[in-house]
Amino acid sequence: MSPHRLDLVVVGCSWGGLAAAGALLEALPGDFDAPIVIVQHRSEARSVLTELLGRHTTRSVAEPDDKAELRRGHVYVAPPGYHLLLDRTGFSLATEGPVHHSRPSVDVLFESAADAFGERMAAVVLTGANDDGATGLRRVAAAGGLALVQDPASAERATMPAAALAAVPTALVADIPGLAQILVAAAVRSEAR
Amino acid sequence: MSPSSEPALEAAEEVDREDVEIDGLLEAVYRYYGFDFRQYARPSLRRRLWRRAHLEKVTTMSGLQERLLHDRACMEHLLLDLSINVTAMFRDPTFFLAFRRTVVPLLRTYPFIRIWNAGCSTGEETHSLAIVLAEEGLLDRTRIYATDINESVLVRAKEGVFPLEQMRAYTENYLAAGGTRAFSEYYTAGYEGARFDRSLTDGVVFSRHNLASDGSFNEFHAIICRNVMIYFDTKLQDRVHDLFHESLVRFGLLCLGQKESITFTSHADDYKVVDAADRIFRKVR
Ligand SMILES: C[S@@+](CC[C@H](N)C(=O)[O-])C[C@H]1O[C@@H](n2cnc3c(N)ncnc32)[C@H](O)[C@@H]1O
Repeated sequence: MSPHRLDLVVVGCSWGGLAAAGALLEALPGDFDAPIVIVQHRSEARSVLTELLGRHTTRSVAEPDDKAELRRGHVYVAPPGYHLLLDRTGFSLATEGPVHHSRPSVDVLFESAADAFGERMAAVVLTGANDDGATGLRRVAAAGGLALVQDPASAERATMPAAALAAVPTALVADIPGLAQILVAAAVRSEAR
Repeated sequence: MSPSSEPALEAAEEVDREDVEIDGLLEAVYRYYGFDFRQYARPSLRRRLWRRAHLEKVTTMSGLQERLLHDRACMEHLLLDLSINVTAMFRDPTFFLAFRRTVVPLLRTYPFIRIWNAGCSTGEETHSLAIVLAEEGLLDRTRIYATDINESVLVRAKEGVFPLEQMRAYTENYLAAGGTRAFSEYYTAGYEGARFDRSLTDGVVFSRHNLASDGSFNEFHAIICRNVMIYFDTKLQDRVHDLFHESLVRFGLLCLGQKESITFTSHADDYKVVDAADRIFRKVR
């Protein structure tokens, strides 16, 4: 497991993602303070996702504005109709065409995050019915980040985690409580360093 | 950007090298072709540069730089890759509803109204503004300056012909935005698309203006610049905010995109929030 600081967790999900991401947030202890950035495929115009996810955690859950800073202890959700990208200082939004028929796209977030955070991040692919996230996860793994995939057997839709696993065979696989444990262990190790 | 209490985040070595390469590439493109992307937001710029690199079958940004400098066609492709003109009529209907309810009454107090629609792309936004102003009885005494860096989108904006297959979605947006008529009254369907009523843009001046390098050219009662500055880095955003601040009358209105904020700019204190959700600000000093 990575000996580096855990400065970022990115999460991608689609079909069934609200419940899965909510369960992941609930499974993480209150003192787990790495910022968490979630892309959930969505089509609604106005956002209810932040409110729904907010019910699973005491952390603040919000859609970031363009150029907003990334802060520890916060949960961020990609706004509908925009790609969400990261650099070392914070967020950048973009409205270029959909990727894998989706805007926001998981790949777009993961790839930008991998470039900026490399070994200091973890990426998690949860349930979904398409293969967005697979390319992005490969990039995270290549940059030295921690690649995690929800066990397809435990996912509401297996396609997305299965595609991610095919792209990154070395990714760690677990159900949601297991994923939370791995993230906590990664954070603890990096602190002990 | 306000200082953060968080420890500074350091990059991996590999990433630094690529940043240096991208700096060099952008500098070379600027000096050789005159196109200036040096202050565009890096994450999406990087993504699109890499997409071009893969298509050109080069494996580094330095390789792409060499290709760009020696092959004009490659540069032309990149220009297309980098121009993002995504737009829609009544995009974010709640904004146009807020514009009608809160901006229009303030504009009404002026005998003659000047509006700057910066980064108007292919004109859907400009037409939407014109429709609201027409329904509110203000279009006759309004001049809209609709500008963009890209000549070809301005040509299309002037034509005012939009895809027929979009009309259903645009009608829904229009109604959600508080439209008071039948949307179909505004266009005639032809084989080339939905041609919008000429009278909507009689008072519109379409012209080229580069927010990154051109100056102020008038004083406006309202500036609408949505989803343009998200492509700029914070430095260039500050420059554009200087320009807008200078170009607004006292108590003039600034309308930004749904996810754009003035909190992170050098002019945060110069505006009062009029509508937080729909990003409408009023210049107070
Ligand atoms: C994504 S579109 C936004 C269109 C419209 N405002 C909307 O929100 O639907 C961005 C537009 O900004 C223009 N643009 C990009 N850089 C610019 C610059 N430096 N000066 C002026 N316009 C620019 C692009 O050509 C494009 O038409």
